Amino acid sequence: MGEDAADQAGVRELVDAVYRSDSRRVLATLIRLLGDFDVAEEALHDAFAAAVERWPRDGVPANPRAWLVSTGRFKAIDGMRRRARFDASLAELARRLDTDTSDPASWDEESVEDDRLRLIFTCCHPALPPDAQIALTLREVCGLTTEEIARAFLTAPSTVAQRIVRAKIKIRDAHIPYQVPSRSDLPARLDTVLHVVYLVFNEGYSASSGESLTRHDLSGEAIRLGRLLIELLPEPEAEGLLALMLLHESRRAARTSPAGELVLLGDQDRSLWNPEQIAEGSALVRQALASRRFGPYTLQAAIAAVHAEASDAAATDWAQIVGLYDVLARADPSPVVELNRAAAIAMRDGPPAGLTLIDALLARGDLEDYHLAHSARADLCRRLGRTMEARASYERALRLTRQEPERRFLERRLSELPD
Amino acid sequence: MKYLCLIYDEEKKLGAMSQSESDAFMGEYHTFTEGIRKSGHYVAGEALQPIHTATTVRIRNGKLSTTDGPFAETKEQLGGFYLINARDLNDALQVAAKIPSARLGSVEVRPIMVFSQQ
Repeated sequence: MGEDAADQAGVRELVDAVYRSDSRRVLATLIRLLGDFDVAEEALHDAFAAAVERWPRDGVPANPRAWLVSTGRFKAIDGMRRRARFDASLAELARRLDTDTSDPASWDEESVEDDRLRLIFTCCHPALPPDAQIALTLREVCGLTTEEIARAFLTAPSTVAQRIVRAKIKIRDAHIPYQVPSRSDLPARLDTVLHVVYLVFNEGYSASSGESLTRHDLSGEAIRLGRLLIELLPEPEAEGLLALMLLHESRRAARTSPAGELVLLGDQDRSLWNPEQIAEGSALVRQALASRRFGPYTLQAAIAAVHAEASDAAATDWAQIVGLYDVLARADPSPVVELNRAAAIAMRDGPPAGLTLIDALLARGDLEDYHLAHSARADLCRRLGRTMEARASYERALRLTRQEPERRFLERRLSELPD
Repeated sequence: MKYLCLIYDEEKKLGAMSQSESDAFMGEYHTFTEGIRKSGHYVAGEALQPIHTATTVRIRNGKLSTTDGPFAETKEQLGGFYLINARDLNDALQVAAKIPSARLGSVEVRPIMVFSQQ
């Protein structure tokens, strides 16, 4: 009796472990087999409920994942048949699903991995609004609850739930297919997926508003997504994005002081940087660059890798960083890239050269409301002893930032200016 | 699955085209239509006369009101449509992206509602 109980506890633990490692794979396949997100989610829960009940009695199946898929599918079709008494269209649907996919070969390893890619590309379909792409990806691909997503994005759970519901309705009604994009569509569609992953990472790394500077879990989730993506689809830009996230993440411990204050890259204690993440990120950058099919994420990662190689700010190879920004500005032109390039030029050629470029950028009007443009300008003015201008620019930046640690940083800089 | 591709153009832009540009543009439309007839996507398609020919009617409190012009003034105007048969949204979007006006204006793709026969 006691042994039985111990066995049962062991099986229960095993079911939990299988849920953690495989529930997303099982869901991805069930969505393909059943053709509907909600039906598949219900089937997933039914399958795990059945496992809890049956595995202790009948033993753990040789291939738990295949068992869960076929049990979930059976339960869903069975449920449709039972409800068919009230809705005749369900009988037809159940009949079709039952004959469509009875081929067990469609559950092999390769197609299961394809199903995970199908799920990612469907959740990140460009026909869905960006907010919904993020929420759906975190919910379906990462398995986060609606409450967890809401907390991470500082929104109400009902808002997140509504985004997910609307997205699923659009997938169903507009017939967004459950498939990996065709070769001709792949580059553009992969860009959307990478963008979603990067937005999740950034939200975790530098929260756009609020008290806390970092929301670690979200960055971790984005890195897990990045790893999954290169496992399923080893494209250079996917490697570049994972590299970029790892290299940024490597500086996490150094980015804030023990008192929670922001520490700029140049002032960071580099012994706090994570060497494993730097090594992994740098290796990925080299791999992506060697492909010669890289894009903006790889270039940004390459810049981060140059920073990571320097023992201190002064030892940074600024000429190489400026060169990489030149390439980036051609590959993915944006005022923010130009701003960063200007800051790198200030480091290579001295503050006046950088200031000229930033002033020209601000005069164009694109970055007028971007707090980092004004704080970068303030910094160069401060280094040139142009205190009045530095003060005005710090104040301008302060009015534009919504982030508490950045506010404190700017206030500190202001108070340090000579009168 | 049927989708309606609603074609929005800036009439000003079209009006500013030279005769040869305009002929080339119409030629592209001709080639496109031939292409989707061959591929089996085509169900129907028409071009509309410019918005200065539009009239809007509405009935409020039982009273008919007739006004000159389109329902809403916008930068781009509805200029035509294709009704297509497509496998799914991805297929429909690929067709829509080849409509010549996708380059100048925009194309809105809407799935056709299917009412269940009870």
